[in-house]
Amino acid sequence: MIIADRKPLEEILEMVHDCGSILLVGCKGCVTVCNVGGLKEVEILAATLRIARKKEGRPLEVAQRVLERQCDPEYLEPLRNDYDQFDAVVSMACGVGPQFLSEAYPSQRFYPAVNTRFMGGAVQHGVWEERCAGCGACKIHLFDGLCPIARCSKSLLHGPCGGSAGGKCEVSAEIECIWDKIVRKKMENGRLADLRVFRPAKDWRTSRDGGPRRSIREELVK
Amino acid sequence: MSANGLKAGSNLEKVLRAGHFAFTGECGPPKGANVEHLKEKYEHLRGVVDAVNVTDNQTAVVRLSSLASSALMAADGIEPNFQMVCRDRNRLAMMSDILGAYALGIRNMLCLSGDHQHFGNHPQAKNVYDIDSMQLIALVKQIRDEGKFPNGDEVDVPPRLFIGAASNPFGDPTEFRIYRLANKIDAGADFIQTQCIYNMERFRAFMHQAVDMGLAEKCAILAGVTPMKSARMAKYMAKFVPGMDVPEALIQRLEGAGKGQQGEEGIRFAIEQIQEFKQMPGVAGVHLMAIEWEHRVPEIAQRAGMLPRPEV
Ligand code: SF4
Ligand code: SF4
Repeated sequence: MIIADRKPLEEILEMVHDCGSILLVGCKGCVTVCNVGGLKEVEILAATLRIARKKEGRPLEVAQRVLERQCDPEYLEPLRNDYDQFDAVVSMACGVGPQFLSEAYPSQRFYPAVNTRFMGGAVQHGVWEERCAGCGACKIHLFDGLCPIARCSKSLLHGPCGGSAGGKCEVSAEIECIWDKIVRKKMENGRLADLRVFRPAKDWRTSRDGGPRRSIREELVK
Repeated sequence: MSANGLKAGSNLEKVLRAGHFAFTGECGPPKGANVEHLKEKYEHLRGVVDAVNVTDNQTAVVRLSSLASSALMAADGIEPNFQMVCRDRNRLAMMSDILGAYALGIRNMLCLSGDHQHFGNHPQAKNVYDIDSMQLIALVKQIRDEGKFPNGDEVDVPPRLFIGAASNPFGDPTEFRIYRLANKIDAGADFIQTQCIYNMERFRAFMHQAVDMGLAEKCAILAGVTPMKSARMAKYMAKFVPGMDVPEALIQRLEGAGKGQQGEEGIRFAIEQIQEFKQMPGVAGVHLMAIEWEHRVPEIAQRAGMLPRPEV
């Protein structure tokens, strides 16, 4: 799923500084699962914003809503009747949400309340980690199911670099060296030969090319 | 390959080809366009080494470009070993700089992944890593030997460069390091310069493997030496430089030398190392990285019996 972090309160307050009323919109998708933009977080942020502004002596009216998803135009319909009744709309979805909202309702201002971070999953309660960089040409089977594009600090296809030490990446002791893991797994399973293969330079056209990438499923296109 | 059987015809290649024990040095370009400073550093190495590595924004700190510095050196009659890292350039920039290097008289090049920008003075930078060091080695080889770019287009005058790569026998997982070296040789490395060696026992075992696997025959392996300036430097390296193995015994030896004598003790250790490398099966030379100590290199070379350098 897509993992995001809540922006610091000060930054959100700054964004809505000149607003008297806002609509805070959560999403039931990924951001609910990673506890950053679901119903609970919408309620907390709404209350926090109200209190902070009340302290400043400039009360902020905060309405709240949680949409099924913000990355699908049909689910944005529930906002049609009142999106323009507020000075701004603050989205707690990933970066896709406020963009879809901006496109659906061009006359309103939309602000992001979260920083969209990466595609990953929970490695322990309350800790999420990146697993995929969306390179558009998955090759993890070559690396025993461990992605060096997303997980090696240098996206090396022939690792580990000289800085790998004690299973950790040269960048920080907090970072696992994924190449250490790939190599150990291969060697333990008698697949050293896989590591002797030269991998040609990656074709990055599937990753970052001209303009936003599109996925077209002919059978679904009406 | 040319008529004389040389791949690039650099001085370093000729020294190795003639069977001499090679000796390379290193010079970090200045943090600015101070050509005088650069000259002052490399002048210490004139006639003392067979080629001088020119580092490429080493430790991700911005410096005068390795290409420009190498070209200045070449024009001034000192043979550079132009270092290129994968961190700062995509494949287009790399290829044009490889061609440019050759056009400017550079004949050796060292292909590296590069230290992560996190270590440097612009950690905010976006890294490139379009290709990795293994692919860079293969790229230079392809352009040189096939005279073709990866897209199949012909190279109008292929750059004849002697291709170098790095090897860290002390990185983890240790068991894999020899295979990574083998991969670099298969990809096209003509010579290898290792990470600085302090743990001689581990390095002996590594070279033993290299000889057994026939790697030392296929490629010239130069052992990396960096003299320790003090026990403090040794402790710092042991603790903070990832993938570096500094045995406790060496730290104690430096400490034991006492104040004011630690630098001399560090040089003594380096000289002992060089003397052992001369005898060690599979070692084709020494790469001396005297960081900000270029002026001590002539003395080290002299005392280690590396002078005069062969004229080839
Ligand atoms: S190879 Fe590409 S698509 Fe597959 S996990 Fe890695 S980044 Fe994602
Ligand atoms: S230490 Fe490991 S994860 Fe870090 S850059 Fe090197 S190979 Fe990649």
